[in-house]
Amino acid sequence: MNTKAAGYNYAYLDEQTKRMIRRAILKAVAIPGYQVPFGSREMPMPYGWGTGGVQVTAALIGPLDVLKVIDQGADDTTNAVSIRKFFAAVAEVATTTATERATIVQTRHRIPETPLREGQILVLQVPIPEPLRWLEPREAETRKMHALEEYGAMHVSLYEDLARHGRIAKTYDYPVLVEGRYLMRPSPIPKFDNPKLDRSPALMLFGAGRERRIYALPPHTRVESLAFEDHPFEVETWEARCRLCGAEDSYLDEVIVDDAGGRMFVCSDTDYCNRRQAAQGKPNPEMLGGKA
Amino acid sequence: MSVAERTGPQPLLRVRGMSKRYGRRIGCADVDFDLYPGEVIGVVGESGSGKTTLLNCLSAQLEPSAGSLVYDTRERGPVAVFDLSEAERRRLLRTDWGLVRQNPREGLRMSVSAGANVGERLMAVGARNYGQIRGTAEHWLAQLEIAADRIDDRPGTFSGGMQQRLQIARNLVTRPRLVFMDEPTGGLDVSVQARLLDLLRRLVGDLDLACVLVTHDLGVVRLLAHRLLVMQQGHVVEQGLTDQVLDDPQHPYTQMLVSSILPV
Repeated sequence: MNTKAAGYNYAYLDEQTKRMIRRAILKAVAIPGYQVPFGSREMPMPYGWGTGGVQVTAALIGPLDVLKVIDQGADDTTNAVSIRKFFAAVAEVATTTATERATIVQTRHRIPETPLREGQILVLQVPIPEPLRWLEPREAETRKMHALEEYGAMHVSLYEDLARHGRIAKTYDYPVLVEGRYLMRPSPIPKFDNPKLDRSPALMLFGAGRERRIYALPPHTRVESLAFEDHPFEVETWEARCRLCGAEDSYLDEVIVDDAGGRMFVCSDTDYCNRRQAAQGKPNPEMLGGKA
Repeated sequence: MSVAERTGPQPLLRVRGMSKRYGRRIGCADVDFDLYPGEVIGVVGESGSGKTTLLNCLSAQLEPSAGSLVYDTRERGPVAVFDLSEAERRRLLRTDWGLVRQNPREGLRMSVSAGANVGERLMAVGARNYGQIRGTAEHWLAQLEIAADRIDDRPGTFSGGMQQRLQIARNLVTRPRLVFMDEPTGGLDVSVQARLLDLLRRLVGDLDLACVLVTHDLGVVRLLAHRLLVMQQGHVVEQGLTDQVLDDPQHPYTQMLVSSILPV
């Protein structure tokens, strides 16, 4: 074992805990969209930094896996770098930034632009798993609402958006209905990514560490974003294209570049952007300052 | 509506031996009555007489300790309400029944607009067309005399009387056949009360609503109720036609209650 990880079990968690988490994952896969409670452990990072996702990844990972970790689409932000290093140390896995090379992608706030394929697993970090929390503060009551499929109230929040803003103003963590049954929060991904959930060939697992819930979308699960018949679901669009790679089809971040109101739009998915630039023969993107 | 005008022989709600005990204390005991379609029944009595307990049992909010409650459903005919699954009971309460609470804050969603409040029941039963939901909400706000331009305002910006009318609109949107009201005019000043009563009387007639109306205000039942139940310490001590009970009370408690009304 790597000296850095001496004294720890493989992948940090002890085997009993991993088995407990795997059981929760199996149940979650068996009931798509249903929130399975699990005994979330203390992890060597604060809540809100992805403790749920890290536990799911730790329960799944093996020495032959290749891990990619992204945060807001970027491979090089603090959270992504520290989680990647953590697993490199405790699980001795190969890491990558290339989406198609990874077997497990742990992510916060984005689904990669490169389409996922069969056999890959996407692990999403979830802050608040309960989609009905905004409407109903009591946990016992929200569970009952899930059990009885009482989801009409969710449309009340969409109605309220339309009445107030003339459009559905929710831009991230946009509620979805899984296989026509369970209402689910897709974690704070932009609604731009919601269509990627629908019938994805990759397995998607959602881990909420503080709230102690795991839920899942097995491959090829039908995922429908809520909307009204006369106000259908729409994703964000931009006037601009990526300043660095010229992409028109990816999710763009707005970056302030000076004190005079200068700004540019760049891909939030750094792996996608970097490789597009490389294909165009552009110089090393790091030299351009990369992404903020 | 008089007894002779009843549409059919079948009661909408049949209550037999309804009792609720809280340990050794009695909430209500051995209540029997039938409620026919379009009929308003008033339940009066002083505070603590078991009116609200009875209402909670009748509206399936509270499971009674004994007794039966049979409701004549649209699809399946008479069913025992407490034999239904919880899902069916909750559905009944959201569609064919209405519940108007004394404090409109308990019956409304204060954080969303009036339109969303009225539209909630429609969305709960599957309406997914924004334009239609909004159109229906506008209709019901107009029925309850709430100005159309208040549809996007939150209930918190409404006066007490408007909040109460909004709560009623929210209940009527699915065209229920039975509405439970717990002191609907409590906490309103007399002129607002009078207008609300006028409105309620018109709606009950227009929509052929059956109503269980709990109140301690004999003036309210005089105006709205066809029949009265007088409760004391959990028991029904007298029941009959409203005018009969109020003008010729038989039970000593009813006599005391009627004579306690302050003359103006």
